[in-house]
Amino acid sequence: MEALILEPSLYTVKAILILDNDGDRLFAKYYDDTYPSVKEQKAFEKNIFNKTHRTDSEIALLEGLTVVYKSSIDLYFYVIGSSYENELMLMAVLNCLFDSLSQMLRKNVEKRALLENMEGLFLAVDEIVDGGVILESDPQQVVHRVALRGEDVPLTEQTVSQVYLFSLHPPSGFEFFWNFPN
Amino acid sequence: MLKKFDKKDEESGGGSNPFQHLEKSAVLQEARVFNETPINPRKCAHILTKILYLINQGEHLGTTEATEAFFAMTKLFQSNDPTLRRMCYLTIKEMSCIAEDVIIVTSSLTKDMTGKEDNYRGPAVRALCQITDSTMLQAIERYMKQAIVDKVPSVSSSALVSSLHLLKCSFDVVKRWVNEAQEAASSDNIMVQYHALGLLYHVRKNDRLAVNKMISKFTRHGLKSPFAYCMMIRVASKQLEEEDGSRDSPLFDFIESCLRNKHEMVVYEAASAIVNLPGCSAKELAPAVSVLQLFCSSPKAALRYAAVRTLNKVAMKHPSAVTACNLDLENLVTDSNRSIATLAITTLLKTGSESSIDRLMKQISSFMSEISDEFKVVVVQAISALCQKYPRKHAVLMNFLFTMLREEGGFEYKRAIVDCIISIIEENSESKETGLSHLCEFIEDCEFTVLATRILHLLGQEGPKTNNPSKYIRFIYNRVVLEHEEVRAGAVSALAKFGAQNEEMLPSILVLLKRCVMDDDNEVRDRATFYLNVLEQKQKALNAGYILNGLTVSIPGLERALQQYTLEPSEKPFDLKSVPLATTPMAEQRTESTPVTAAKQPEKVAATRQEIFQEQLAAVPEFCGLGPLFKSSPEPVALTESETEYVVRCTKHTFTDHMVFQFDCTNTLNDQTLENVTVQMEPTEAYEVLCYVPARSLPYNQPGTCYTLVALPKEDPTAVACTFSCMMKFTVKDCDPTTGETDDDGYEDEYVLEDLEVAVADHIQKVMKLNFEAAWDEVGDEFEKEETFTLSTIKTLEEAVGNIVKFLGMHPCERSDKVPDNKNTHTLLLAGVFRGGHDILVRSRLLLLDTVTMQVTARSSEELPVDIILASVG
Repeated sequence: MEALILEPSLYTVKAILILDNDGDRLFAKYYDDTYPSVKEQKAFEKNIFNKTHRTDSEIALLEGLTVVYKSSIDLYFYVIGSSYENELMLMAVLNCLFDSLSQMLRKNVEKRALLENMEGLFLAVDEIVDGGVILESDPQQVVHRVALRGEDVPLTEQTVSQVYLFSLHPPSGFEFFWNFPN
Repeated sequence: MLKKFDKKDEESGGGSNPFQHLEKSAVLQEARVFNETPINPRKCAHILTKILYLINQGEHLGTTEATEAFFAMTKLFQSNDPTLRRMCYLTIKEMSCIAEDVIIVTSSLTKDMTGKEDNYRGPAVRALCQITDSTMLQAIERYMKQAIVDKVPSVSSSALVSSLHLLKCSFDVVKRWVNEAQEAASSDNIMVQYHALGLLYHVRKNDRLAVNKMISKFTRHGLKSPFAYCMMIRVASKQLEEEDGSRDSPLFDFIESCLRNKHEMVVYEAASAIVNLPGCSAKELAPAVSVLQLFCSSPKAALRYAAVRTLNKVAMKHPSAVTACNLDLENLVTDSNRSIATLAITTLLKTGSESSIDRLMKQISSFMSEISDEFKVVVVQAISALCQKYPRKHAVLMNFLFTMLREEGGFEYKRAIVDCIISIIEENSESKETGLSHLCEFIEDCEFTVLATRILHLLGQEGPKTNNPSKYIRFIYNRVVLEHEEVRAGAVSALAKFGAQNEEMLPSILVLLKRCVMDDDNEVRDRATFYLNVLEQKQKALNAGYILNGLTVSIPGLERALQQYTLEPSEKPFDLKSVPLATTPMAEQRTESTPVTAAKQPEKVAATRQEIFQEQLAAVPEFCGLGPLFKSSPEPVALTESETEYVVRCTKHTFTDHMVFQFDCTNTLNDQTLENVTVQMEPTEAYEVLCYVPARSLPYNQPGTCYTLVALPKEDPTAVACTFSCMMKFTVKDCDPTTGETDDDGYEDEYVLEDLEVAVADHIQKVMKLNFEAAWDEVGDEFEKEETFTLSTIKTLEEAVGNIVKFLGMHPCERSDKVPDNKNTHTLLLAGVFRGGHDILVRSRLLLLDTVTMQVTARSSEELPVDIILASVG
């Protein structure tokens, strides 16, 4: 941890991971070659999970990398950057990811709901980080850009409860999904 | 209720993960649906999700199957379903490096990028840039320029970030988009501004002036984005570092002003930048430290972590600057985040007093098992620093280290502990016995070969000198029985060292070595046979030369010399004395600076430096026949002030009977060219100048080299110390500074240089003797001389030791250069090789009364070196 002047760079994020409560990968995106092979990645994920799943301490230094994390019910969210990176920047990415998903999943951030909206997750991550560069940090913007719409679901296919939900929470254009989490 | 995955769940027998049992081949089979008309967007998007999920899980897609799926996917561009389209972009990006011919979607993407649907445009730009190579880039350049200045932030950001990625392979094209980026940098959108500044910096980073301009322009008006602020702080601190020094610059003011920014992210970035600036003074640190102190009580764990981690860095160099935060740090010791607690404790260990150590150690051991290896290493580093600061605490600290050593841990962590223990043992003789026995226990069950062999080496070196050497034999011999070959070989060497130094144990050692002769491994067998034969001779000189003190030659040098010898076979046997000596002894690496930093290899660099000289000198015809180069002075001596018309630096090369002075000259006048440059030398002693090798031409600012060859005095060989007065002679030719054209006519001129000293140290090469006593006996007392001197100007033993070591240029052995506190006598042991290859050893007993009295005993295998040493000291 010697003093070191960083080469100014926009490449902030090394990886974004989402693991379930067994430590299995639900989503993983690595933006550089720190862990080139799947085997190394899985080993790293295992290590990360073992060190973090029992505590809710938000931040750790692992294998020379700064890891910020957050858990919700049966999901574990991780954002990983170099140990010289500004921890608060990584935190901003993590918060943006979590808040975006939370909005898209209507505060129901748990494994089943997430798996039913995998495309939403893929698209959201794609809007937040591009090749390691933070693309957007405002969850409202992310949700707006992901903009999943359910227009092709004919009304007749929807159940009464859904239509009911509709009238209670009229979709403001972008919060509406094809499928509601049950 | 409609649930998309209901059917799947039933098929796969329920379970909460609908993707759990996906089969690659089945999914790719499903992808045929893409070809159906009309397109069912939901179904197709779901299949794309499955494909992405598989790739995400690390499933490997072959080129053919990926290409097939990719081509099927291109059909989906016919649908206008937004989600499906977006999933297509993602698939294109994921497959861009797996499938072939991905560029066929270029036109579709270009259409989307310039289309009306804003939600398509940003992602389309990103996907397009992912599949584009530098030749294709020209075709879409126009669209990229438009996209960069687009008023929709997502489009502009996407274009800027993609340009940044493209810089790596198409710098020349992207560089042309600077004007657009410049415009985008003034955007109101925070992310666009950040990306634009990032791109601008990366395009211009080699142009210092442009970067400076950019900083001042954008910082003057203030930035909107905290990310952009962080970026600019990094750029500014990098500029500062290169500018090196001056804190008056507006750059530093900018960083400092960021400490008052409203975003914590920016404040922290600024504080950490100040802390990381090299050579920062306590006064400059103070404002940074005080914002970090505030962060210590933040409710956000990440901020507390960031703050304490940075404070920890400060404490390494300026512990006093952090003492103000001690109270806040104490509160963090009980933090629920163990990383924060560990950092707080290690920081306190650096800033706190001796009395708080016991308490802190107790606290830290309570959660040592919960923290990661990285932090354990941090703890070990802190302990190692403490041991140097408070040697009296070594018992507490050692105990702690041994508990840590017994626990689970990776190689880096274990190595840090072993390094730390070894340095304690070396510093502190009281701790030697306990330390060694704990290390013995550790190698009983040690999975790391490097550590085991290192400890065995240490045991061989230190074990025989302890009160009860026999107790270590069992541990060492166990290695021979149980371990694999590298460790076995190390153990055999250690055993031999015990046998060489302890006559009582010799018979049993011989028995053990005889067993090792039967080993399966060549190296182990060879070592055992060799040591056995040496030990059986029962001659101290042999033991010293071949077991206790190893080779002193430089290994690369030996390799080269041997190769040379095999190429040109001769009648004469190979002479080891012709091999250059290792300039920095191997064992030196470990003792340098902090023991935990990764071992660098200075000796290799030094060896090559001498080799470079050797080659350069061999290329000069005048210097043939001087024999091998014995020593080159480690640092060139400056013979001029640094900012004069001509800059001259001298390196001294010593040969067996000659010396060559190498003058590196630089001409700093741009309207002159010097020709035929020599340095004339006038010795005060019986040295004889033999010839001058001139530097032919010395144009402005191009360094050149000239040499002077002198013969060492023959009549009075002890008069080696000498002062030379030096004068540079040359022909000046005026030249035009702009064109570099020189006049044909020149005139002679001279330039007086400073005097050059040749001292005893130039004739002696440092050599490390691991076991001085054995080497002393080996050389024998045939040429031994002893004299007593009074050093009237020196008041302390440390000063005396330092001066003697520097003056003689020999290597202090067995850590005898460290003078224990509160003692008034000390023995300094020095070893070296005199030019010509004769070992020279000096034992110097020092006594401090009012002044220092010194009794010098010198031994060598020749009379001359002994005389020279004594003559020069007197």
